[in-house]
Amino acid sequence: MNTNTLVLNNIEYIFEDGQTILDVARQNRVQIPTLCYLDGVEATGGCNICVVELKGEKDLVRACCTKAENGMNVLTQSPVVVDARKKQLKALLESGNHNCSIGSSQGDSWTAFQMDSIRTEQTDALCPRWGDCELQNLAYEYQVQWNRDNLPETKFPKETVNPLIIRDFSRCIMCGRCVAACNDIQVNRAIRMPEPSDSQHVIAGKKDVALKDSDCVFCGECVQACPVGALLEKKSQYVCRPWEVEKIRTTCPYCGVGCQQQLHVKDGKILKVTGVEEGSPNKGRLCVKGRFGFDFIYSQERLTTPLIKENGVFREASWDEALDLVADKFKTIIAESGPDALAGVSCARSINEDSYQMQKLFRAVFKTNNIDHCART
Amino acid sequence: MTNSFAEFTDARLIVVIGSNMTHAHPVAATFVKNAVQKGASLVVIDPRKHELVDFAKMHLQLNVGSDIALLNGIMHVLIKENLYDKEFVENKCTGFEALEKVVAQYPPQEAARISGVSEKMIIETARFLSSIKPAMVCYTLGITEHTCGKNNVMSVANLQMLLGNLGMKYGGVNPLRGQNNVQGACDMGALPNVFPGYQKVDDPNARKKFETAWQVENLPDKPGLMIPEMMHGLTDGKVRGFYIFGENLANTEPDMNKVAKELASAEFIVCQDLFLTETTHFAHVVLPAAAWSENDGTFTSSERRVSRVRTASQPPGQARPNWWIFKEIARRFGQEWTSSSAKDIWDNEFSVLAPAFGGIKYDRIENDGLQWPCPTLDHAGTPFLHRDGNFTHGKGIFMPAIWTPPAEVPDASYPYVLSTGRRLYHYHTRTQTGRCEGLNDLLGEETADISIEDATVLGIEQGEKIRVKSRRGEVCVTAKITPQVPKGMVWMAFHFTEGNSNWLTNSALDPFTMTAEYKACAVAVEKI
Ligand code: SF4
Ligand code: SF4
Repeated sequence: MNTNTLVLNNIEYIFEDGQTILDVARQNRVQIPTLCYLDGVEATGGCNICVVELKGEKDLVRACCTKAENGMNVLTQSPVVVDARKKQLKALLESGNHNCSIGSSQGDSWTAFQMDSIRTEQTDALCPRWGDCELQNLAYEYQVQWNRDNLPETKFPKETVNPLIIRDFSRCIMCGRCVAACNDIQVNRAIRMPEPSDSQHVIAGKKDVALKDSDCVFCGECVQACPVGALLEKKSQYVCRPWEVEKIRTTCPYCGVGCQQQLHVKDGKILKVTGVEEGSPNKGRLCVKGRFGFDFIYSQERLTTPLIKENGVFREASWDEALDLVADKFKTIIAESGPDALAGVSCARSINEDSYQMQKLFRAVFKTNNIDHCART
Repeated sequence: MTNSFAEFTDARLIVVIGSNMTHAHPVAATFVKNAVQKGASLVVIDPRKHELVDFAKMHLQLNVGSDIALLNGIMHVLIKENLYDKEFVENKCTGFEALEKVVAQYPPQEAARISGVSEKMIIETARFLSSIKPAMVCYTLGITEHTCGKNNVMSVANLQMLLGNLGMKYGGVNPLRGQNNVQGACDMGALPNVFPGYQKVDDPNARKKFETAWQVENLPDKPGLMIPEMMHGLTDGKVRGFYIFGENLANTEPDMNKVAKELASAEFIVCQDLFLTETTHFAHVVLPAAAWSENDGTFTSSERRVSRVRTASQPPGQARPNWWIFKEIARRFGQEWTSSSAKDIWDNEFSVLAPAFGGIKYDRIENDGLQWPCPTLDHAGTPFLHRDGNFTHGKGIFMPAIWTPPAEVPDASYPYVLSTGRRLYHYHTRTQTGRCEGLNDLLGEETADISIEDATVLGIEQGEKIRVKSRRGEVCVTAKITPQVPKGMVWMAFHFTEGNSNWLTNSALDPFTMTAEYKACAVAVEKI
């Protein structure tokens, strides 16, 4: 077997047939930034950020859609590369409402701008993705200077008519990630890139309708894929900034797929849920229930104390009182009618350890096998 | 599932029978759709033209409850045309003669008569299934929620054995479990006939083992009651104390009027839940429990993967973890259980007592979970079962089944068949999803889904309130006219109390599994 090798920043790496320069770089932890590439989906090459230099070639190439070749000599951070990325980032930043006070300072306007942003944080003035935006991160990393004073007019109004997802076209960089997420990952085929005859923004439905009137099933995969502040979750916008949240990995409580979730928690409160990108089995994906079905735990209707029914109505009780009553009543029934006069149904939604305890209670304590759950439904 | 979700994307042929995956297991469905995009073939067998049909090469739109006849018909062709996997059948299976004899009674003509799928399609399907190997079969409750549920399951297994599609990657018999932890609750022994890890209660050795571990004597040796028997026991006083943990039986069990009577006749009901529900209404004591994100623990998914659940927030007020509540009751009976966390319970008790889980410990499932069987600490888990056709109990046994119709079929007074299931935006009786911002806006009421043809004949308009009634009850519900539903069928869900399909469903049971026939009963539809 011949081994393929190429050189990235003067170090030689092995690669397999069919891999792109980006694949080889990622596999070997060599950073190449990109704003449009999405794992597991054919590269579109739309953002032009992943450009790299091939030694001896005049034109830069895009790492995401250039196949690795034997003997290639690739520079991922050369001055020309950095310069090209800077230019492209500047163009992206100036193309929309990226008013996020980041980048290299520009004298007076910087302070004024920052003050203004802080003052207005609770409004739309500062992007809700502030601090969690891939474009912003790159702008900072590459110290891009751009003209913040003349933000372009917003051509398309923000769409807020559905209960879960906000589409803010003013911040969309047309990278196409959401479209790939919807069509190639979740395969819901609800959104698409515009045809020349359409208005030039991401289109929902055949006829450019609101998400709620398209085939959208609100899985939120597009929101998770969006690198900027163009797609947002209504439930979590403005409630947290990334450095304030702790991420806790857990398993979805709904269906039997067992998707791995990342809970974004601030002060002991879950504010947002995303899919664990590398996690099995879902590889970052969630459905509408997994992503948006978490806030029932904060319902005011939660039971907060044991209840005992008296004369047909419930009254509050202490744990001791309620548990003593249950134990006494069960003891009486066992004494009078035997243990098989008790029966229990366990919960197919709760954790394993709860079911283990319940069957142990019935078998080892009450001495009956009358324990079941909705095993077959 | 014998196999894993990760295999879906690279499978070459996927057969989905009785499973509306895009609604009930949405993320699993995305992997099926990815497979099709990469060139795999999808065969959907379902009375409804649900979303996955858009991706299918073939859709066998069978009559509700005719699965066995259809599958037998397909197997008939496989055998008659010599298309089955002889080597697998000879070396890895027993009972072929019995199968041959039974499916001989289902030539395509007969299978077509019962199932409504054309002879030609049955023959084509058999030929197509035998042309690609391996194939995965996935099913859900469309198979199990019938009076012939067990036989349906057997028929699916027969087909996969006959095609030699078991014991390999991209193959297998794959039931997608409805609830996140049905698999786990079974594994834990929340079943009347087995201890944790499927060790039988009537096996003296198993009893001895658990008596020693739990430091008790005389564990009961007689298998206990299943839910329908328990419910019945409430009415005749055989069951006097009923402990319901987390289930909303009043709305999820078939024939809600009957269920209400049963629960109302109970002497003493304890409910342990997050909210007051239609079921706690009947309770004498209600115990407030911690929710999903309020305790550490594990869930076991359909693919037998044990994954961690972690604490992210504190339970409100005095709500406590369920395992703690059970332990406190045991203490009042004089038993001091030592485990004082979910981790203790798993690491020191369950995984020690259940051999197939012996290698799974909390410190091994910090990130991705492990799939059981995983007997030892150095075992990597089991992505697919019966490797190379080596079945757990020796050979794979063909269990041929005769088709039986649903317990209640349409007649002059109740001319439509009602089938039921779940919808995407809600989960079961909405005790949780109904309290999440946004989800009620996406689906705010129950509907009765009817075909365009029937709507035209009955003069029903989209969104009009109609009456649907069965021998057991009636509901007034919004009509949803949809091409997904075939003529003669009404399709409903059980997410809302008002318009809940279980006012209508039949409590007739599969005699082996005691699963009710949620998928088929007879109803009448009327304009109001
Ligand atoms: S929420 Fe899901 S279905 Fe809707 S547009 Fe986004 S990816 Fe597509
Ligand atoms: S996110 Fe959706 S598909 Fe995944 S486990 Fe939860 S309910 Fe199931």
